[in-house]
Amino acid sequence: MLQLISLLVENKPGSLMRITGVLSARGYNIESLTVARTLDPTLSRMTIVVDIEPQLRSQVIKQMNKLVNVLQASDLTDSPAVKREMALLRVRAPISSRTAILKEAEIFGARVVDSSTEGFALEATGDSEKLDEFIDVMRSYGEIEVTRSGAIAVSLEAKKLRLAPPVSRHATAADEADEKLETRL
Amino acid sequence: MSSTTPAHRTSGVTESKLMSGSQILLECLVRENVDCIFGYPGGVTLPLYDALYDHPIRHILVRHEQNAAFAAEGYARSTGRVGVCCATSGPGATNLVTGLVDSMMDSIPVVAITGQVSTKLIGSDAFQEADTFGITRSCTKHNFLVKTIAELPQVVHEAFYIASSGRPGPVLVDIPKDVFQAQAHYTPVSSIHLPGYKVFTEGHTGQIRRAAQMIWEAERPFVYAGGGIIAANASEELREFVELIDAPAVTTLMGLGGLPAEHPNYISMPGMHGSYAANLGMTHADLLIALGVRFDDRVTGRLAAFAPHAKVIHVDIDPAEIGKNRAADLPIVGDVKRVLEKLTKVLQETAPESREQNSTGRAAWWRQVREWKAEHPLTPEVSTSEIKPQHVMREIDRLSGGRAIVTSDVGQHQMWAAQFIRFNSPRLWINSGGLGSMGFGLPAAIGAQFARPDKLVFSIVGDGGFQMSIPELATIANHALPIKIIVVNNGHLGMVRQWQELFYNNRLSQVELSSFPDVEKLAGAYGFKGRTIDAVHQLVPALEEAVREPGPYLLNVRVTPFENVYPMVPAGGAINEMVLGAPQPVEV
Repeated sequence: MLQLISLLVENKPGSLMRITGVLSARGYNIESLTVARTLDPTLSRMTIVVDIEPQLRSQVIKQMNKLVNVLQASDLTDSPAVKREMALLRVRAPISSRTAILKEAEIFGARVVDSSTEGFALEATGDSEKLDEFIDVMRSYGEIEVTRSGAIAVSLEAKKLRLAPPVSRHATAADEADEKLETRL
Repeated sequence: MSSTTPAHRTSGVTESKLMSGSQILLECLVRENVDCIFGYPGGVTLPLYDALYDHPIRHILVRHEQNAAFAAEGYARSTGRVGVCCATSGPGATNLVTGLVDSMMDSIPVVAITGQVSTKLIGSDAFQEADTFGITRSCTKHNFLVKTIAELPQVVHEAFYIASSGRPGPVLVDIPKDVFQAQAHYTPVSSIHLPGYKVFTEGHTGQIRRAAQMIWEAERPFVYAGGGIIAANASEELREFVELIDAPAVTTLMGLGGLPAEHPNYISMPGMHGSYAANLGMTHADLLIALGVRFDDRVTGRLAAFAPHAKVIHVDIDPAEIGKNRAADLPIVGDVKRVLEKLTKVLQETAPESREQNSTGRAAWWRQVREWKAEHPLTPEVSTSEIKPQHVMREIDRLSGGRAIVTSDVGQHQMWAAQFIRFNSPRLWINSGGLGSMGFGLPAAIGAQFARPDKLVFSIVGDGGFQMSIPELATIANHALPIKIIVVNNGHLGMVRQWQELFYNNRLSQVELSSFPDVEKLAGAYGFKGRTIDAVHQLVPALEEAVREPGPYLLNVRVTPFENVYPMVPAGGAINEMVLGAPQPVEV
């Protein structure tokens, strides 16, 4: 069953590898994955859609939460969340069908981002099913080329973010070491 | 949503010193109270080894990097402190991998320092370059690639903090050659901020109260304690807890010594080669108090049939262990030491009104457990005509008196040692439990002997594992480490042979180890004593001679070649379906 995981992670080299490693080590195939940094440039938001047996879902989330670079991993599969995907689509179509294409695009709320004698480039957003339909419809007008973004999601519930506080290194040990350093240098 | 930026604050120390990356690394190690590291030098770690040349930290030169990792584990397992190993880039780093996975599986705090090719060469397939950061991602609790000298001190202290806190584990720090060589002003690190690294220690007070209630309500409580007790230094708390609730208790392979073997409440080890009483106790308990355990398949047997009548209280510091294999009726996430302290307190408060409520049932339970113990006790096979491996364990046990450090390799001798050698305190029994790495026992003994020079250290190894470790005889000889190496030599890969015998129609495929070296000559070649014995009457005198010998001693004991480890739960079986020695299963 497809699971929707949202993660807040430190924007550091290797973070992505650690997270996908939790999945690949168990032989799960990722359907889609999006990453971008948040308002805080040191952090990234990651949305993963992955096929996992339902009884193993919580184990995977726990394993992700254990990662040092992960501030929070949450399972949005069954919780209130808005999920969106974007598709960029180029359709090659004869002049005769251009009006019809524009009408269809309007129905799907898609925008024209480029227009040429060859056809249109369109952008559409929505949930995956809506985009599937949109792509199907456009295919009926001619040759198409599509790039999909994969899902991004935002939870509609306020999730409390628990972070570990700074830990001070043992003062006396450091002081002792300071003294040792003095004597050595 | 709010978020925090990791703000790396330093102390008020204003004076800073210009130091090389190598010096800064060593300085950080000193601040982490590291007194010795196990390693092997190479091209990119030349600057580090130059700094080590006249540095007070002791470097123990092993003969293979894998053994540096195992020795660091032996050091960590015998003390609870972080073990440190060091290797060069490429092959040096890849040789560490088995040891890293080993410490990952057994939750042992280890910091591995590896050299890396210079930052400008990374990714160019440079000489001795390997993607250590990528390779070790899944075999460490966390790992770092240090790209600049500025981040070095922070990273090193983070590595030690991560390795030693929460559920301990290995952390690798990969340092490029130019970072070792660079110069920077060093300022001590005063705090560590890892916002995503959450450690749960205290345990939920409400859950602890509920646990106390469940414990008093149970008629057939059973304590199942594991490596977490050792990692948390919670053996005192465990003893107090067990005595207060007066329940029978088992400790797993990783938890041996967590409760003194001679304690009246102690049953034995449970699981695949556990005792009859331990496994039946688990099977018939109505409450399983699981403390720092992970319901490993070698303990539970067929999960669906494991402790079928029991409610489970599961205490673990790692939230991901809760419900991983067996659903917990009452989970408590926390440091088992802290949780046991609090739980014992609650139990003491509630004892007066609750203690007697099931006294009849509990007395019957104890009678039953004692009966099981008496029915099929774990007794070592002894023969008058040949040396049984179990007999070797009994004699080592007698010499140890529950006090010696015993490291073991992996296989039959490991199980016999776990069954028949008693450990009256934690951190004496050192073995590769989770990963089952052959070649572990000897280098682990090196680490343990360096960490505990005061202790008598036995390294019990099979003839297979020993031959994986022979290079380290040089390290032992170098430092005249008084390790007593006991090779339990049956001329076979005994455990594999046992399975081929029992489950593969006795088709013994590639398990015979002929051409074992003459140990007298072998040890002699390294400059210490070695001896082979094959007669029963030689066993005790030879072991006593080994112990009396002030230096290392290599004792090769020719034991009966076809002895098998019993009891045994066949793979996939329920733990109450044990083969007790005769090849017929006993259903209870």
